[in-house]
Amino acid sequence: MRVLIYFGIGILFGIVMYKSEAASWFRIYEMFTFGSFHMYGIIGTALIVGILGVQLLKVKKVKTMQGNSINFKPKEKRVPRYLFGGIIFGLGWALAGACPGPIYVLLGAGYFPILVVVLGALLGTYFYGYFRDKLPH
Amino acid sequence: MDWILAPWPWYVSGPLIAFVMFLLLLVGKNFGMSANFRTLCTLCGANKKARFFDFDWKSQRWNLVVALGAIVGGYIGAHFLSNDNAVILNPDTTEELHTYGFESAGNAYTPNELFDMKAFNTPKTLFILLVSGLLIGFGTRYAGGCTSGHTISGLSNLQIASLIATIGFFIGGLIMIYFIFPLLF
Repeated sequence: MRVLIYFGIGILFGIVMYKSEAASWFRIYEMFTFGSFHMYGIIGTALIVGILGVQLLKVKKVKTMQGNSINFKPKEKRVPRYLFGGIIFGLGWALAGACPGPIYVLLGAGYFPILVVVLGALLGTYFYGYFRDKLPH
Repeated sequence: MDWILAPWPWYVSGPLIAFVMFLLLLVGKNFGMSANFRTLCTLCGANKKARFFDFDWKSQRWNLVVALGAIVGGYIGAHFLSNDNAVILNPDTTEELHTYGFESAGNAYTPNELFDMKAFNTPKTLFILLVSGLLIGFGTRYAGGCTSGHTISGLSNLQIASLIATIGFFIGGLIMIYFIFPLLF
């Protein structure tokens, strides 16, 4: 039952990513060259609704389906890992024209060379895990 | 039905992404797609090589199911919910991309030059795709999240760390487009 819920949420997410064209390499290029408001509109409205919704969930102390408190994960108060990691990810995001969510979406849409990006991402994740203790966080 | 088959406008798509985040929070989970790469590494045996991968991967199975759903969602979106997959861009952007050699700009969903099956026989394209993946995999784990985990979830929860990460995403993206693209294409 739970599995079906997660699967359903994933399907909805995949459809939204595809139909919003957020999974299009062209849209990412256009965003980084400030050619269109489209991507900023998507991120901006997601954030407005997201911020208001999260505040509402907190104020109303809404419980999860299982009856627990919602797990809002606070992030660590550090700079280097977020800045350096962020820049490295940004380089890849612009080159692949896809962040991790759209990578799965493009695979489903039938753009199979994205599998090479997946292979790279797994290797990159592995390298991070391997060198983690030597990196400034 | 036409409005479903046409590209969805930003003011519909953005709130729907927030809705996906709320659904995950309400089932006790956090929106974050790049975490799956770590789980997949562990499934490939990386836990024998680095402590980072020695974690309770079963607690992340739900996220693999979400990713599987996203794959199916991509299939449905492309094959059943679209008349025409071409992404209409700003004409200036289209022209710019044509000069870079992306002839498919304006006529396709993603550039044929990168995502056509011919990519598998083109060393330069394979190299570009592999390197972009390396940067994505390394960067997301280093930063502890990607666009979904930081820019959407983290910023919605007003996390400074996510703001720093998002600024980093844009610094990296702008460096790639303005300084590295002219060398690559």
